[in-house]
Amino acid sequence: MADVTFTVDGKKLTAPAGTLLIDACKNAGIEIPAFCYYPNLSLQAACRMCVVRIEKMPKLQTACTTPVAEGMVVQSETDEIKQARKATIELLLGNHPLDCPVCDAGGECELQDMTFKYGAAESKYIEIKQHREEQQWSPVVYFDRPRCILCYRCVRVCGEGMDVWALGVENRGVSSVIAPNGQDHLNCEECGMCIDLCPVGALTSGTYRYKTRPWEMNHVATICTHCGDGCKTTLGVRSVNDGVEIIRGDNRDKSGINGDFLCNKGRYGFDFANRTDRLTKPLVRQADGKFAEVSWDKALDFAAKKLREIREAKGGQAIGVIGSNRTTNEENYLLQKFARTILGTNNIDHHRTADYVSFASALNGKSGRTAGLRDTTSAPAILLLGNNPTDQHPALAWNLRSNVRLNRSRLYVANHAEIKLRRQAKSFLQIPQDGYASLIQYLGGNDGAIAADDNTTAFRDAIRKEESLLIVFGSEYRGRDIQALVEFGLSLPNTKFAALGDYANSRGAADMGLLPDLLPGYVPVNDAAHFVDEYGATLPTTAGLDLLQMFDAARNGDLAALYVVGSNPVSRYGVDPSALKNTFLVVQDMFLTETAQLADVVFPAANLYEKAGTVTNTYGDIQLVKKAADKAGVRTDFELIVRLADRMGADPKKLVPFGRGSFADMGQTRGAQSGEADRHAVWLAANHLEPKLSPFDPFATLDEIQRLVPSYHVSRLELLTGSEQPEKFDLVQIQPAASRRDLVLPAEDTLFTSGTLGRYSGMLKDIVESHTTPNPAETAAD
Amino acid sequence: MPRLVFHPEEVKIISRRFGQGAADIDKYIALDGYKAVQTAIEKGVDWIIAEMKASGLRGRGGAGFPTGMKWSFVPKQSERPKYVLVNGDESEPGTCKDHVIFLHDPHAVIEGTMIAGLAIGSKMGFIYLRGEYRYLLKIMEKAVADAYAKGFLGKNIFGSGIDFDIVTQTGAGAYEVGEESALMESLEGKRGVPRIKPPFPAVVGLYGGPTVINNAETIASVPHILLMGGEAYAKVGSERNGGTRLFGISGHVVNPGVYELPMGYNLKKAIYEVGGGISNGRKLKAVVPGGSSTPVLTADEIDVGLDFDQMGKAGTMLGSGGIVVIDDQTCMVEFALRTIKFYQHESCGWCIPCREGTDWLKKTIGRVHAGGGVAKDLDNIRYLAENMLGRTFCPLGDAAAMPTIGFIKKFRHEFEDHLNGKPCPYAHAEEPALV
Ligand SMILES: Cc1cc2nc3c(=O)[nH]c(=O)nc-3n(C[C@H](O)[C@H](O)[C@H](O)COP(=O)(O)O)c2cc1C
Ligand code: SF4
Ligand code: SF4
Ligand code: SF4
Ligand code: SF4
Ligand code: FES
Repeated sequence: MADVTFTVDGKKLTAPAGTLLIDACKNAGIEIPAFCYYPNLSLQAACRMCVVRIEKMPKLQTACTTPVAEGMVVQSETDEIKQARKATIELLLGNHPLDCPVCDAGGECELQDMTFKYGAAESKYIEIKQHREEQQWSPVVYFDRPRCILCYRCVRVCGEGMDVWALGVENRGVSSVIAPNGQDHLNCEECGMCIDLCPVGALTSGTYRYKTRPWEMNHVATICTHCGDGCKTTLGVRSVNDGVEIIRGDNRDKSGINGDFLCNKGRYGFDFANRTDRLTKPLVRQADGKFAEVSWDKALDFAAKKLREIREAKGGQAIGVIGSNRTTNEENYLLQKFARTILGTNNIDHHRTADYVSFASALNGKSGRTAGLRDTTSAPAILLLGNNPTDQHPALAWNLRSNVRLNRSRLYVANHAEIKLRRQAKSFLQIPQDGYASLIQYLGGNDGAIAADDNTTAFRDAIRKEESLLIVFGSEYRGRDIQALVEFGLSLPNTKFAALGDYANSRGAADMGLLPDLLPGYVPVNDAAHFVDEYGATLPTTAGLDLLQMFDAARNGDLAALYVVGSNPVSRYGVDPSALKNTFLVVQDMFLTETAQLADVVFPAANLYEKAGTVTNTYGDIQLVKKAADKAGVRTDFELIVRLADRMGADPKKLVPFGRGSFADMGQTRGAQSGEADRHAVWLAANHLEPKLSPFDPFATLDEIQRLVPSYHVSRLELLTGSEQPEKFDLVQIQPAASRRDLVLPAEDTLFTSGTLGRYSGMLKDIVESHTTPNPAETAAD
Repeated sequence: MPRLVFHPEEVKIISRRFGQGAADIDKYIALDGYKAVQTAIEKGVDWIIAEMKASGLRGRGGAGFPTGMKWSFVPKQSERPKYVLVNGDESEPGTCKDHVIFLHDPHAVIEGTMIAGLAIGSKMGFIYLRGEYRYLLKIMEKAVADAYAKGFLGKNIFGSGIDFDIVTQTGAGAYEVGEESALMESLEGKRGVPRIKPPFPAVVGLYGGPTVINNAETIASVPHILLMGGEAYAKVGSERNGGTRLFGISGHVVNPGVYELPMGYNLKKAIYEVGGGISNGRKLKAVVPGGSSTPVLTADEIDVGLDFDQMGKAGTMLGSGGIVVIDDQTCMVEFALRTIKFYQHESCGWCIPCREGTDWLKKTIGRVHAGGGVAKDLDNIRYLAENMLGRTFCPLGDAAAMPTIGFIKKFRHEFEDHLNGKPCPYAHAEEPALV
């Protein structure tokens, strides 16, 4: 829209016609107070805090509902306006309990801030305040009625944003009250968005309430460890006697890839980290078959010695390695390097939740064809094939809903189930569970591929008319089906793709070469020259065993050792414990999982919230994770790998090229000119970075990744400042393999589960137990 | 049920058929019924609008917006259907004029709705009655059914090729849904909370379609205007205030009732001549001239013409035409309390100043009346009301604030007497006038 010029407090401003005055002012640095206004939610004009004086208007006007107009003259903060706002706050405080000293929101409360600004200190009334008891609506949501200022943000975010509509207003006048859909409890998706948006302490969370004051915490922004969307969550942490404890997860500044959104796992699913049954001492199985806690020295020596003996006696092919979906890129990369250069094996794999390899080979170097998570908020047309994002990719689901609601984006959904997102879809096609491949044939023009009717033809016609399409597909598509899907997509004018995998670093695990046939960056193991040069070591050149083959080999007595890092394959794949009875098993984990219980050595490991590095979400957005918490006794997987290598007699400097210079795009590489070294040190210090002079510094490994994996050649500075960097997937060159074994095992998590990790979250468990239906997200919403 | 009253000073236009059984469709037809709509069809849209503009008819719902002008705002072309909405939510204390129309002349409402529909190009009208008017709904429903039976409603009305339907509906008992946008929400089956304006109903109204919403009396006046001609109608009233209106005179008068008087008629005469003066030989203390939301006039401020402009000059409003007469033995604090109780009860609660403000006003005035007042209360009452005024989402906040300011300004001494004296130094056996 054309720009208009108007004046606020004597300043000439311009903004596109139709911009709300409150937003236009904000963009110009003029803050107009607001309780009920919330960007991207429907307008209310209810709180009257945003009133301003507009010339020629008889009354004060609400800036939150007034679009700017040419020549408009506005006063935003006169005595009259200040008085109006003060009076409004006085009215709110009249019945407000003012229990700020014990209120969760104290220090982060918009009512406090406004009272501070407009000074409504005098108490005008004698009558006692209305009181109502606090209510628990769900394991997550608590409601303290007297604190509620009726801004209706919660009602709108639940309805318009979440499409759950679990909150409403009951009664009228001064008896008006926010009420949950289940009369005295909530039946909902437990996302916590209502709590997040509540400007006061009326809605509080079950994990955080009465735990601490906001200013007593440190706030560390990192990436959620759960699903593959990679939301930014800011962890509030506090020192305790055995480390640093996480007290809350929060979308504090909304600056992340997830915008306004965070789901219940990102917010509340951190409590596994604080559990008392976490492993904090290494365990070694004794002659009597029982575990004993031993010193780090003993455990590391023992494991290293055994692994070395096996390697020497039987060769690397007798050793297997299983990595994780939730460890960092640096750890995954290091693990494959360790496996290939020190254990001498290509027997390395991980729990695959999507076929990124086929995706990479289908695109094979095509540029600009992958979409980041942010693209899903703005793409004009989206085709969602398979998956149920409401459960498995809550942030994606939020984005799709928002995109439809705010931008009138056209969403096409094909699924075997009536997934909730069909409600936002312009067109929904229900197909048989095994009909995903035929659907692509049909879309591509093969009329006979499915039983076509008017609905299917309309669906196809609409998609083919789109000038720009984003295809988001679930793990229903693998191998050749992905090839066909991509080919179909490329036949349309302008198509981008996103493949959905399940966990925080599922994509990173594939990218970093936790695969028996591919090195980092999807480089075939028989094409390793580049790596050989960099590593200064030889690498096995024939493809190793995949995850299932490793267990077969173990059963047959051909796998002498198995090293499992942050994974629970025994439970996930239903491995019979007896299969591993002759295999020396080393496990790194937080808990004594089903896999760890079978181990010979268990190392207590840190989780994603207790380490630094990077992760890559399923869309290829690379993001920085920061160490937020700490637990005495545990070590990061990164450190454990280095220590094992060291004890096995390897040179840590070769494994982690620390001190080798940094990858610097922030200026000039150090050493290039005299004095550079010092400048670099100054820059590092200014950016709160450690110089990489330790073998435990993952950023030395990130340097190496960036040297060897072209698609990770992204801006370091941007990464360090917290913005996501899209993986340069067009730099991945990989020929389509003739046939690959399908090893994808979808995690099939619901909104309230998260693999093995989720089982250790008390909050998630409580939520699951409080919902009587197996898939509450769906039933609550429909 | 209010008895019918007559007074020679009356000019009977809208009330012409009252008391003559015009709820019966044949009787209505015999009394020139459904003639105006046929003339309207014959003469066309432009003629209707011109006559309406010439009549000087101003909305009888309270705000006094010129009706002809309102109709002309509706866009000619519209993708969505257009609607006529008759506001019969009549809930303002002191007001009972729409009531007598529904009771005695329901077909005038139907005919007026049809004419409004013709004027704006709408095919559908809704007649919305307040929740408590269930017994009137029966009358209205019968009238609509009779009109359908005669073929006056439905397809091809009076051979014009135009279709027109009417649906009746009641509220659930909320004053706030008399506000036009809240009424639309209510009619659509939602919470009775107002909408953000703009867009105004004429552009985006009921179900998103352009909508004309008029008070029932406004609508019932329309056939009469077309029958007698806009100019003739205008002449009956005062300058810029065409025609007559139904005034409900209640309270401490000898002959309370609904009287049809020309616009601009003198208030003092209305009370002392038409209403027969103050009952029980008492003296006049004050008058609430246009429904409970209009600021009070003292006994010596009533020599003023009853039209929108003259009342405005006198510092009050013509409002809904409900004149509440208060004698000298009434406690004005109690009267103020009764008034604010109503608005506190009826506040929809959407916006802060009205939701919280009406409640604190009620509590504070109640305490003052009960004898528990403290000195700062009086300033506080005024402060509260003045800070609500003009700051609320819809005019209900003003409707609560304006009379309160009036009471505390003009009768502050009575409030002060309560601070010093017994619970109510003005207490007498009777209930205050406004119920
Ligand atoms: C709180 C409130 C209550 C109202 N109640 C009524 C009512 O009961 N009847 C009515 O006709 N108008 C009522 N109005 C006025 C309507 O909003 C609207 O102005 C009127 O129906 C328009 O009709 P008119 O132009 O014929 O007067 C009310 C307004 C407010 C703010
Ligand atoms: S789904 Fe539940 S937790 Fe999320 S906004 Fe709605 S009520 Fe709140
Ligand atoms: S609970 Fe919070 S977000 Fe909801 S209306 Fe009350 S103050 Fe607003
Ligand atoms: S959507 Fe996924 S990444 Fe985001 S908070 Fe939820 S589980 Fe974490
Ligand atoms: S002023 Fe506000 S609270 Fe009062 S009735 Fe209107 S919208 Fe509702
Ligand atoms: S922010 Fe404008 S009224 Fe609440």
